[in-house]
Amino acid sequence: MGSQKSINHAAAADKFIANESRTDWHNASVSYLRKKRDVGAALVPEWETLRSLASGIKNNVLGNLDQYLEQFEKNAQANGVQVHWAVDAESHNRIVTSILERHKVKLLVKSKSMLTEECHLNPHLEARGIEVVDTDLGERIIQMRDEGPSHIVAPAIHIKKEEVGELFHDQLQSEAGATDPQYLTEVARQHLREKFLNCDAALTGVNFAVAETGGVVVCTNEGNADMGAHMVPLQIHCMGIEKIIPRQQDLGVFLRLLARSATGQPITIYSSHHQKPKEGGEMHIVIVDNGRSKHLGRDTFRNALKCIRCGACMNSCPVYRRSGGYSYGYTVPGPIGSILTPGFNLEKYKELPFASTLCGACSAVCPTKINIDEQLYKWRQKVYEEDYLDKTKETGLSVAGNVLSSAKKYKRASALMRWALKWMPRFMTHNRFNAWAKKRELPEVPGESFRDWYRKNRK
Amino acid sequence: MSHQSIRVALFVPCYVDQFYPQVGKAALQLLEKCGCTVDYPDEQTCCGQPLANSGMEQAAKPIYHHFVETFGSYDYIVVPSASCAYHVSHHYDVIEQTEVVKKVRESIYDITAFLTDVLHIESLGARFPHKVGIHQSCHGLRGLQLARSTEQMIDPYSKWEHLLHMVSDLELVQLERPDECCGFGGTFAVAEEAVSAKMGKDRVRDHLNSGAEFITSGDMSCLMHMEGLIRRNKWPIQVKHLVEILNTDG
Ligand code: SF4
Repeated sequence: MGSQKSINHAAAADKFIANESRTDWHNASVSYLRKKRDVGAALVPEWETLRSLASGIKNNVLGNLDQYLEQFEKNAQANGVQVHWAVDAESHNRIVTSILERHKVKLLVKSKSMLTEECHLNPHLEARGIEVVDTDLGERIIQMRDEGPSHIVAPAIHIKKEEVGELFHDQLQSEAGATDPQYLTEVARQHLREKFLNCDAALTGVNFAVAETGGVVVCTNEGNADMGAHMVPLQIHCMGIEKIIPRQQDLGVFLRLLARSATGQPITIYSSHHQKPKEGGEMHIVIVDNGRSKHLGRDTFRNALKCIRCGACMNSCPVYRRSGGYSYGYTVPGPIGSILTPGFNLEKYKELPFASTLCGACSAVCPTKINIDEQLYKWRQKVYEEDYLDKTKETGLSVAGNVLSSAKKYKRASALMRWALKWMPRFMTHNRFNAWAKKRELPEVPGESFRDWYRKNRK
Repeated sequence: MSHQSIRVALFVPCYVDQFYPQVGKAALQLLEKCGCTVDYPDEQTCCGQPLANSGMEQAAKPIYHHFVETFGSYDYIVVPSASCAYHVSHHYDVIEQTEVVKKVRESIYDITAFLTDVLHIESLGARFPHKVGIHQSCHGLRGLQLARSTEQMIDPYSKWEHLLHMVSDLELVQLERPDECCGFGGTFAVAEEAVSAKMGKDRVRDHLNSGAEFITSGDMSCLMHMEGLIRRNKWPIQVKHLVEILNTDG
């Protein structure tokens, strides 16, 4: 899948951080979402119970996914929906294209779909002469800049309003130098209105697919998903296989958790239930695997599929906030991205499980209780087992392992290290090859180790 | 208080042994003050975490066995590092779970939890007339649950604060981000040098802004990282391990 070139997170992060004031700004914007989450969640006395319920429901779903998917398909079909199965990104794109071509669609409006980003649907359609317009403001901005999302809930969080002003001035002829969010939003709205009026089909992502009803639920704040789906006869909803929930009543758990975890809102402005085609129209649901069932088969890692894409782990991640979404090289960045991507291509994404201090904030905030930090740790073991660990690191650590498993060797080696640190000239210990000493001093070496002191004074 | 019948082994992590012997001494004296009989097994080396966190759990197994052999016969193993305690109790699940392995995993305590949960210390006789900021190390906070993290929607508690409240004349400062990670992360500190240093800088800045004179923590590794930045930048703040403060004279 994709190029074999490994993602170098550390190098990308280094570049991002080189602009320190921008890094601070990025950190603050993302942290703001997390702070709002804390306020929103604190207002729900049974918050931790909701998390346990959500986790339990998702465990049940993952354990019985085949049955739920079939139940969902049956009920959706009974509602008059056409259900398609896509094994991978390519077949997803092919299915969507063939539906659109059958209806001679020239302009497709799209909303709320990280899955189509994952499948790279836009370039695929554009190559076939179909215009695609992402209608959510953030997504429209990155589409106009020809970029991917840097965050799953706030895809343009890395872009400043001044830059949006410039972009709109260039492409939408808005006033030069405009930075007022309200004005800029209005510019986008007018621009999008024209697209809505001229589109021939609408495509949305799916937050929840209810097995017992065959309906899908799409949660948005801007309402564009509804605008699109209501304007035109042809509507398409694309979902990963893990979006299933068993019952309509389970929404009572997930809708309360999703928006609060994402932005602190009690609920998204729109929670739209799409159940059947409108009169004279067509409704299609494309169910996509694209590596998910393989992931489901991995005991240690399967529960990464419990993710409801709220973004809270990103907002909580001290590394993501300072390295930016692009440093992860994948549509879903941050902690959850770092445990999903190694499953797709371990060689390519082998660095991502190491792009973490294992601080555990992600697991503690996750509304479905995914043990993200434990999985990062486990993926590190896999990287070593599959022989993808950096060789210099491995050799150094192997030597350390050998020394540390024997008290005698340890005592000899540590005496040597203390001697070296103490007596070697500073240029040898503080140089550009020593990553520790680039911005930090090495610890000062005391006269004697604890062990020496103990032996002299206590034995 | 007397806990002389309890046989406690003191585990001094390798980097503390080498660079911060005063922390080992303070831990030892503090435990003795609290009435424990403390032994320092000479065969000890390391818990294996540096290797395992780098993905080399397999290669760390001989270290795990050596650790179990060294500490297997004690009632309690106490370590002035939440990170090491977390590693032994949570990650020694990859070796055969013999009786002694299970015992070691259950009887290893970070010194904070040992003082509050096993010895139930209520007074200390310590005095530290300074403004102090607590750096809640992540393995202590979210790993061993020594305090409530800001993610958790439960009643707040903190075993670190509980102990520091017993120190006379010590003033705890309020931080803007009470539980942001400092960015040490073991080999992360070198592999992700840029992010690590930036995180450390931001962390120290929060303490500086709050008016703290000292940053304290139950994990010397976090403090070593922050101290490296403090000394390089000549910032007016110092680091001290929690046990150094708890072991001061009243
Ligand atoms: S892993 Fe958890 S916290 Fe992160 S996006 Fe998914 S549901 Fe949200």
